[in-house]
Amino acid sequence: MDPVSIKHILDTAEEYVEQNRRAQKSTSKCAGLTQINLFFENSTRTLMSFEIAGKRLGMDTISMSTGSSSIKKGETLLDTAATLNAMHPDVLVMRHADSGAVKLLSEKMDCAVINAGDGRSEHPTQALLDALTIRRRKGALHGQTIVISGDVAHSRVARSNIYLLNAMGARVRLVAPPTLLPKDVDRLGVEVSTRMDEGLKGADVVMMLRLQQERMQGAFLPSLREYYRFWGLTREKLAYAKEDVLVMHPGPMNRGVEIASDVADDIDRSAIEEQVEMGVAVRMACLDILTRKLQGAGQ
Amino acid sequence: MSTLYVNARLIDPATGMDEKGCLLTEGGVITAIGASLDAPEGAELVDCKGRVLAPGFIDMRAHRVDSASAAAGGITTVILQPDQTTVIDTDAVVERIRRRSDDTDTVRVYPMGAATRGMEGRQLAEIGQMQESGAVGFTDCRHAVSDSRVMRRLMEYATYFDALIVQFAEDRSLADGGEANEGEVATRLGLAGIPAAAEAIQIERDVRLAELTGARLHFALISSREGVEAIRAAKKRGVKISCSTAPHYLHLNDNALEGYRTFARLSPPLRTEEDRLALIAAVADGTIDTLVSDHDPRSEDVKRLPFGQAAPGIVGFETLLGLALAPMHAGKMDLMTVLKALTATPAKLLGLETGRLAAGAPADLVVFDPGKPWRIDREQFLSSARNTPFDTLPVQGKVWRTVVGGKTLHIGE
Repeated sequence: MDPVSIKHILDTAEEYVEQNRRAQKSTSKCAGLTQINLFFENSTRTLMSFEIAGKRLGMDTISMSTGSSSIKKGETLLDTAATLNAMHPDVLVMRHADSGAVKLLSEKMDCAVINAGDGRSEHPTQALLDALTIRRRKGALHGQTIVISGDVAHSRVARSNIYLLNAMGARVRLVAPPTLLPKDVDRLGVEVSTRMDEGLKGADVVMMLRLQQERMQGAFLPSLREYYRFWGLTREKLAYAKEDVLVMHPGPMNRGVEIASDVADDIDRSAIEEQVEMGVAVRMACLDILTRKLQGAGQ
Repeated sequence: MSTLYVNARLIDPATGMDEKGCLLTEGGVITAIGASLDAPEGAELVDCKGRVLAPGFIDMRAHRVDSASAAAGGITTVILQPDQTTVIDTDAVVERIRRRSDDTDTVRVYPMGAATRGMEGRQLAEIGQMQESGAVGFTDCRHAVSDSRVMRRLMEYATYFDALIVQFAEDRSLADGGEANEGEVATRLGLAGIPAAAEAIQIERDVRLAELTGARLHFALISSREGVEAIRAAKKRGVKISCSTAPHYLHLNDNALEGYRTFARLSPPLRTEEDRLALIAAVADGTIDTLVSDHDPRSEDVKRLPFGQAAPGIVGFETLLGLALAPMHAGKMDLMTVLKALTATPAKLLGLETGRLAAGAPADLVVFDPGKPWRIDREQFLSSARNTPFDTLPVQGKVWRTVVGGKTLHIGE
């Protein structure tokens, strides 16, 4: 995505932040349109966020998770796409465990498709909501030193953030144990470090990534205890960053693993709850922009 | 308390120094080295009578501490392997061993931690915390980490701590159930064989992983010509690897198994005469970096058994110097090479400040007569067991004094 489009989405989202803080949050802007949320991977916050976003725009939203899907009955992804397409949705929001699955499905759909996370590839609305959070707190994205720390290797959040933040002129630095850094990741235009002290130096923003339980049980890291000791974001380690550093986390957090409780709950620095709020606004902006040609068509 | 060692042949493999002179220690450190030094008031005077004075030996591989036995062998630092009753795989155990070592008048003991939890080869052990507590390397000891993916992650992870990973160079699936080197002797005796290829295969795989990850890798106990060649080729390519062997592999070949002598049952097994000669040449030219005792006391209960049931292992502290010097006396290598493999090189690999003669360095010293003939007598061993195939063997080179942190722990004849 180019900087102009990104800015447009963020500006639109700003308006929805205001709307969402009012008692009367819904509009009928997208009345009559159908939004399908198709989640092949479990999710609470992203699915809820998209569903709320759609409803506040007045859309008819239908959510479907793996459990109730005919994928379980052996249907291929493309057949599912054809089936859904025949029902004439106006927006399809999709999450899938395989990288590239959303792209494949979108080729068979006539409507707009929003990627809500595919494998280790991308999670664009997360990157947008992170960008909005930073922009609101720091005033701009350009020139900020932004550290992304944790399980970079398996993270779609990290990849989407790298692309977006680079496009907006931020300086991105990855900090992770050597086993959780993908090969040649420096080629994506980021600085790379394995050390928290060195990596956090001069950081304006620290984005922690969630560490999956199964990765800590000896496969990539010896233990939860050792990860926290060397890479967990504690007050001591955070002291290497700038005084007014902003702490972010896409959630759900593992307290005492990748982030210490007192850091996560520090109201001056932590933007973790704000990220969730921005999530709804950003998703409303995306739904709004993508359906603009269809809005009010029947009236 | 200070001690002045006079009339010594000072050899420091770290710098290549080999000259006559004196050495002064005060408290636990070396304070001066020179052609002639004045004894400070009250200093003890030790006349070395022309014997060699070198840094105390650092034994990178021992399975028991046996402090008195180590001191008798000129060893001042013992690197304890993690295969203890309680596997050394947590920082708490490492810390306990280090503290006991610091608090008592014994040789220095540094443990190696397990590379994987319980040495089971499946999950990474807490390398970072063990290293912070004083572990100097990480190994699964008598087993190679077989799973390539686990080994890769282990090595990647170790790069963060610049930790030394020590791999047992033997492919498990080829070695399982083996009792002896696969070859004529094993065939004649009807023993299950372990091919030398098992060693080369393990080395070659891990060399690739070392190149992929950039980790520091050390192979324990090279025993075969094929193994030596694999190491040599990798070093030539510039891969960061090192390796060790034990003097018994320079001394014996698999003929020692004749009569089903279980004292010659070792892991990896003794190999052929051709392998033995290749190992000597590899120590001489530096392909093999360090010499270790692999000290492993085993009671008669587990040794006096049918060959296949007997435990492998050998006691090695007290025979280390005599056996290690034999190739030197045979004209195959010089004294400096042997001593370097016992002092400066292991110190460098393990990140220890001992292993050198320099003002300010810890006063860990050995004084020995490299030419003194004696006969190995297992009845005289101070070690906790006496499983050696070398009983009654005449050797040359005997330790006279062993000093750890300025304290004399052993005085011989």
